[in-house]
Amino acid sequence: MTQDQSPPPMIRMDGIHKAFGSNRVLRGMDLSISRGSSMVIIGGSGTGKSVALKSVLGLIKPDAGAIYVDGKPAGSGDRDAFLARFGMLFQGGALFDSLPVWKNVAFRLQRGALKRPADEARAIAIEKLRRVGLKSDVADRFPAELSGGMQKRVGLARAIAAEPEIIFFDEPTTGLDPIMSGVINDLIREIVVEMGATAMTITHDMSSVRAIADTVAMLHDGVIKWVGPVADLDQSGDPYLDQFIHGRAEGPIEAVR
Amino acid sequence: MSPLSLLARLGRLALGALAAVGRVALFAISTFTHMLRPPYYPREFALSLLQIGWLSLPVVGLTAVFTGGALALQIYAGGARFNAEAVVPQIVAIGMVRELGPVLVGLMIAARVTSSIAAEIATMKVTEQIDALVTLSTNPMQYLVAPRVLAALITVPLLVGIGDVIGIAGGYAVAVHNLDFNAAAYLKNTVDFLEPLDVISSLVKGAFFGVIAATMGCYYGMQSGRGAQGVGSATKSSVEAAAVLILAANFILTGVFFSL
Repeated sequence: MTQDQSPPPMIRMDGIHKAFGSNRVLRGMDLSISRGSSMVIIGGSGTGKSVALKSVLGLIKPDAGAIYVDGKPAGSGDRDAFLARFGMLFQGGALFDSLPVWKNVAFRLQRGALKRPADEARAIAIEKLRRVGLKSDVADRFPAELSGGMQKRVGLARAIAAEPEIIFFDEPTTGLDPIMSGVINDLIREIVVEMGATAMTITHDMSSVRAIADTVAMLHDGVIKWVGPVADLDQSGDPYLDQFIHGRAEGPIEAVR
Repeated sequence: MSPLSLLARLGRLALGALAAVGRVALFAISTFTHMLRPPYYPREFALSLLQIGWLSLPVVGLTAVFTGGALALQIYAGGARFNAEAVVPQIVAIGMVRELGPVLVGLMIAARVTSSIAAEIATMKVTEQIDALVTLSTNPMQYLVAPRVLAALITVPLLVGIGDVIGIAGGYAVAVHNLDFNAAAYLKNTVDFLEPLDVISSLVKGAFFGVIAATMGCYYGMQSGRGAQGVGSATKSSVEAAAVLILAANFILTGVFFSL
């Protein structure tokens, strides 16, 4: 008898259901993300992409189903240790208005198990800002003084500050011009490869999908309709995926949801 | 509407109200348990002391001085109807310390601090900053709520004490300069008439009102709906709830201190 020696997927979602009142957002979502790979989930607005992502982090509690991270049930064991494995770039940046940029980036490094002396935390923050293409003079400015693109970069610097194993990107290019979107996409790809992190991104932006993804999953009607390598995106033969990636109004996906 | 459906509607309203009371009570209990256990956030606490205590001083002082002055004029005019003008120092003192000081400071704190806390936390909620805190292994109850409520518990009684003194000073200024009271006699009457229980009740009321004001701001901020409308609604509801609860708590505490 042989035993399967392959490592468990970094993230596995089994039959996730979530409803908000009568709105059944997730209806048995199954998804598996292998270690060190970059998965991009696409789908229309309101199809539950953010709900899926937040369910993994425990920000939203699924009504049914199970989520495993590195083979263990998500949320079991020490919560801080669990969350310390993740970094997340939020759609709007979600930077703390009351803190200067460097304290936003070093937030996790100034408290809890990963706490460092202030000088060291600041030095790491400035290094991470440099990594995302921002100069050190940004460190002492406040988020409100930055452009949307700079805020995204600061959010990205914060997401990678503690060098997490898993990074989530929630609509990383929303609200940015095409050039800045390209810059952010390239940064995400470089950083994920360089850190060897597992990445899960949700987006509508097809240029992001092609720049960031190893694997693409399409979420529609609360379930994964298609999953496969990014190279197969254009030859999938799946009518839902074809309609979505070509932005057609006609097709199986209703334009008015 | 049939009597049965009216009864069902009333029942639903009552159940809804009880559920809301339960949610607020659970939130308050959770706040106090989070105050007691580490980690503690001294920077957030110090900022809250500054915001709630120090920066509220001007509005508290102005409210108290005008109220004390108006009270002196009212008591003098009212007392004149039965030759009791001389009781101005005593009534200003008892009125300010027992009732007007704590209630007006409480309501000003509800207007200034509750609204500010609710709007700030609600904005953090709708811009996903609260979610970001959680993903950064920081409990929002410990980082945002506990420092604010603890700061209000400490600073609002001090503000009430200061408001009481400034209110009495306002009454004194009006009585001495406009109503020809003797300054030394006014002060002596004030000091002689006040009892320790008057001052203690004032400060205890301040502590309760501070906790109510900060807790309502945090609760409605954390419960905020989406968008600008959610923030506006959370802010409005927090001030309404804080003001009504402060007045209700004042009635109960007055009964506990002076009628039992």
